[in-house]
Amino acid sequence: MNIVVVIKQVPDLVEELELNDTGTDLDREWLKFKVNEFDDHALEAALLIKDAQGANVTVVALDNGLDIDKALYAAAAKGADRVVKVTGDFEGYVSSHAAAKALGAVIPSLGADLVLTGVQAVDDRDGQLAVLLAHQLGMAHVTVVTDINVSGSAATVHKEYGGGMIGEFNVQFPAVLGIQAAAETPRYVPVAKVRRAMKDTNIDEISADAAGVDAGTEVQKMYKPETGSGAEMLSGSAEDIASRIVEIIRGKGV
Amino acid sequence: MVYVIVEHIKGQIEDITFEMLGKAKTMGSGVTAVLLGDGVDTLTGQLGAADAVLLCQDPNLANFNPEAFCKTLASILNGKNDDIIMVGNTSMGMEIGPGLSAALGMPLISYVTDLSDTSVTSALYGGKMSVQSGVSGGYIASVMAGSFSADDGNISGSPGVETVSAPDLSNTKVRFTRLIEPEGGDVDITQHDVLVSVGRGIQNEDNLEVVQELADKLSAALSCSRPIVDNKWLSKSRQVGKSGLKVKPKVYIAVGISGAPEHIEGMKDAECIIAINTDENAPIFDYAHYGTTEDLFDVVPAICERL
Ligand SMILES: Cc1cc2nc3c(=O)[nH]c(=O)nc-3n(C[C@H](O)[C@H](O)[C@H](O)COP(=O)(O)OP(=O)(O)OC[C@H]3O[C@@H](n4cnc5c(N)ncnc54)[C@H](O)[C@@H]3O)c2cc1C
Ligand SMILES: Nc1ncnc2c1ncn2[C@@H]1O[C@H](COP(=O)(O)O)[C@@H](O)[C@H]1O
Repeated sequence: MNIVVVIKQVPDLVEELELNDTGTDLDREWLKFKVNEFDDHALEAALLIKDAQGANVTVVALDNGLDIDKALYAAAAKGADRVVKVTGDFEGYVSSHAAAKALGAVIPSLGADLVLTGVQAVDDRDGQLAVLLAHQLGMAHVTVVTDINVSGSAATVHKEYGGGMIGEFNVQFPAVLGIQAAAETPRYVPVAKVRRAMKDTNIDEISADAAGVDAGTEVQKMYKPETGSGAEMLSGSAEDIASRIVEIIRGKGV
Repeated sequence: MVYVIVEHIKGQIEDITFEMLGKAKTMGSGVTAVLLGDGVDTLTGQLGAADAVLLCQDPNLANFNPEAFCKTLASILNGKNDDIIMVGNTSMGMEIGPGLSAALGMPLISYVTDLSDTSVTSALYGGKMSVQSGVSGGYIASVMAGSFSADDGNISGSPGVETVSAPDLSNTKVRFTRLIEPEGGDVDITQHDVLVSVGRGIQNEDNLEVVQELADKLSAALSCSRPIVDNKWLSKSRQVGKSGLKVKPKVYIAVGISGAPEHIEGMKDAECIIAINTDENAPIFDYAHYGTTEDLFDVVPAICERL
């Protein structure tokens, strides 16, 4: 079977986020990017299927003009059979609707039985990609998936609800699944192996465009949420702070 | 008109529905609740906050099914492109919002914390940024749980019910097979007065000792954010948040937790929240009562010494 995993980079939230001059987007120039953590889970889910019963895993990303090559090489080092970069006008923020259009144009040529995306990304203002992409591709969809059990041309999947409750579904291929968590912690790949992959792997390039498609609404402003009712910040040495915290806890009668 | 998609599971209407109904009522253009299911007509009596109910019943809608629900809603809401559709930014809503947006060609705005006829606010970047989107005309809002008061929309009463029929759902490629209840864990974190809650800031499994000691000294239970469970360092029964449990302890000590919206959903109603996080911009400080940017590996042992 053929599995296509779509990945993207998102700003690393560990870093300070600065706004651009117009206050409508992040200042992307100095931002540090990393692969969306749920995409790591999506790739892991694909590789687990490959390990268990064999599958051809293709990893696809839009060319965002950043370090996407490195992410694709890392995917190859982990076990992806083919890595594809979709070239076109995809620098800066790409809406989920536009990404769905572009990826929807490319994925049919990759012959996917199963398309896996991360469940969401921290920047997807116009909704999560998995379902939009399924619509573009005319495929079935289930998102917030934590478990996949493939059998023939269908899979039994677990979709997580609140409180740890799970809905179990049987999904006929071809389908798009939005992955919340793989059954195993995403595998680690040593740098040496990524370096080797950089030598041995060819990144295929396919062009696509999403002209005329956007989120359908304009960003008026982006801002750090007011911390009006925010916390009283404790100051002093770690010892002083610890003493205050003990006082606060004791003050609650516990 | 504002259409509110009713979310229910096991015969219970979820709070997110009442939260949306309460907000929708204040928007002044009339509220229609859209209820899909099978044998759910008895639930309409709880939808008194709405002016009307659109009820669609079909055996294929007895349990949530992404395909059946999207297809049915697309057929019921077809032509409502100038109206506002509200759906929860929940596991179910994350299928319905994008599904309807694609099917009806309506704009979709996600992670919504506030909305009106002209602008919509979303929480993006793990809660570190708010984004205001301009809107004119109809749109779909995927609303974050906890953004509005459930009490405002939890009104019994009998709005007029219009029954609509479902499209043909006999051949869906997605079939519901069963609902799996969570396994009971070793502790029930919803029953504890004090929770020491640990996040990715703890770095590795061995370091859990640090917070375990604090929990022991306080006779508290250890709870956690999602990545700790995904890493299999603690059991699912200890997860607080959207896909974990909602907790309301007297004291909630968040250690190395950023405060992503999905985590906040589960703990923001705690009586006293104390956050320990080295990032002064961490959203957890917007919800905490007390905070410190001291390193957890300094401050937690120091607290233990004093107990
Ligand atoms: C559908 C869905 C459902 C979800 N459900 C849940 C849920 O139920 N519960 C949940 O928690 N998440 C949930 N998530 C995940 C959520 O989006 C976040 O990814 C998660 O909450 C982040 O966990 P964290 O705060 O531990 O990690 P991070 O966001 O990585 O934060 C770690 C924090 O630790 C701080 N830190 C690092 N080192 C130190 C130190 N030495 N001392 C002090 N502080 C330090 C950092 O500054 C950082 O703020 C869900 C996501 C999705 C898509
Ligand atoms: N521009 C993109 N290129 C490739 N994959 C994407 C893109 N946008 C979204 N995805 C995939 O969809 C997931 C969810 O993204 P989003 O819909 O933006 O929340 C991401 O983590 C990726 O797996």
